[in-house]
Amino acid sequence: MTWTRKDLLGLEYLSREEINLILETAESFKEVSSRDIKKVPALRGKTVVNLFYEPSTRTRVSFEVAAKRLSADVINIASETSSVRKGETLIDTGKNIEALKADILVIRHNYSGAANMLAEHLNISVVNAGDGWHEHPTQALLDIFTLKEKLGRIEGLEVVIVGDISHSRVARSNIWGLNKLGAKVTVCAPKMLIPAGIERMGARISYNIDQALENADAVNVLRMQFERDNEEAFPKQLEYFKDFGITRERLKRAKKNILVMHPGPINRGIELSSEVADGPGSVILEQVTNGIAVRMAVLFLTAQAGEEKK
Amino acid sequence: MKEKARVLDNQAMSRSLSRIAHEILEHNRGTDNLAIVGIRSRGAYLAQRLAEGIKKIDGKEIPVGILDITLYRDDLTLLAAQPVVRKTEISFDITDKNIILVDDVLYTGRTIRCALSELIDFGRPKTIQLAVLVDRGHRELPIRADYVGKNIPTSQNETVEVRLEETDGRDEVAIVEK
Repeated sequence: MTWTRKDLLGLEYLSREEINLILETAESFKEVSSRDIKKVPALRGKTVVNLFYEPSTRTRVSFEVAAKRLSADVINIASETSSVRKGETLIDTGKNIEALKADILVIRHNYSGAANMLAEHLNISVVNAGDGWHEHPTQALLDIFTLKEKLGRIEGLEVVIVGDISHSRVARSNIWGLNKLGAKVTVCAPKMLIPAGIERMGARISYNIDQALENADAVNVLRMQFERDNEEAFPKQLEYFKDFGITRERLKRAKKNILVMHPGPINRGIELSSEVADGPGSVILEQVTNGIAVRMAVLFLTAQAGEEKK
Repeated sequence: MKEKARVLDNQAMSRSLSRIAHEILEHNRGTDNLAIVGIRSRGAYLAQRLAEGIKKIDGKEIPVGILDITLYRDDLTLLAAQPVVRKTEISFDITDKNIILVDDVLYTGRTIRCALSELIDFGRPKTIQLAVLVDRGHRELPIRADYVGKNIPTSQNETVEVRLEETDGRDEVAIVEK
């Protein structure tokens, strides 16, 4: 199996073998972060640009740490402080970054399809760090990596994704990835937060979290994005916690060793209780650690494929 | 690919490795502060065998590590096939140890250069000594081996193939014409 894509845009477009290659490569990269000198020269002389049109700390920092552990040079551009404010288009911004002789462009954008559009117009590698409601491939890859590390397999696992499925690129990427590797995914939320047609992506739908948790090996708790609620379509916070919040009481009725995941930042007392967030099944901070290894693997593989295409 | 000559069979290989084990012990005056690190993939198996050889002679277990040098290569973008990145496994502190670095074939010296860079990122060993099963010449860097199983003069259009029980089902070394 050889990696030939200069870009990573989403898990929908990847084969099972390609996903497995990223996961295996990430396993090797995880060891690098445990060394005294947490750095290898693999991307020495390469430039990685993080172009973020949406606020993000953890994903941007994770990409930055990953690039630095591979010895790449990193430049961070936040749209609030850039010429985007002067009306420059996304493609023009991308072409300017290419003209700087950057090698990899990591993009976070509020429009679905932004990364795909850039990849079409640029010769350098484009890595999608989240586009609108479309995909967030590296988040799903680190979720899957953590599941595999903790449970030893993906095939046959039952995974519940609970929360605002409608507006979640994390849910979409997870459904694509987990399905390809043979896991069963159930999405669980109030009716108004389940998008039409999600079952065609291969997910089962549940409106009752207690039923959904019954046979689950893991539950991926999404953040309730109250800041995106322009239409007041969301249930009130307390109401949501009562009906869908992950609490110790609820987990008592689930499988004994059920894993609790969350892409962060967590809202204690809204999606999950503090006891659960800090509890024995929680792997939330391990997800953060694994995110670095996964992003190192993605940067390494796309950079090499990009080099071959030059 | 045409095989030109079989230069080591399994008995000769085992005698070479056992001699190297003796030489390592003689040179380092025993097993104190001694550790072995093999370069993936065949160097790792040879490292394991040398450790077993040393245990047979001296009765002491010494730490064994594995180095994957993929991330330290200077020719990654020149390679036709992307190598898969595998794990480096060094579970002991190498600082102040005498490290025996093991590989199957010593050729240009570039692999060893990568291995030295990587090893030094793990700590500051007292010494690093190099053991190879075959030295085939044609060095491009100022690197030499401290322990050599067999010196085999070759031409640049030949390859030396080391086959091991663990990876190839039998122990032998052959010269193959490209």
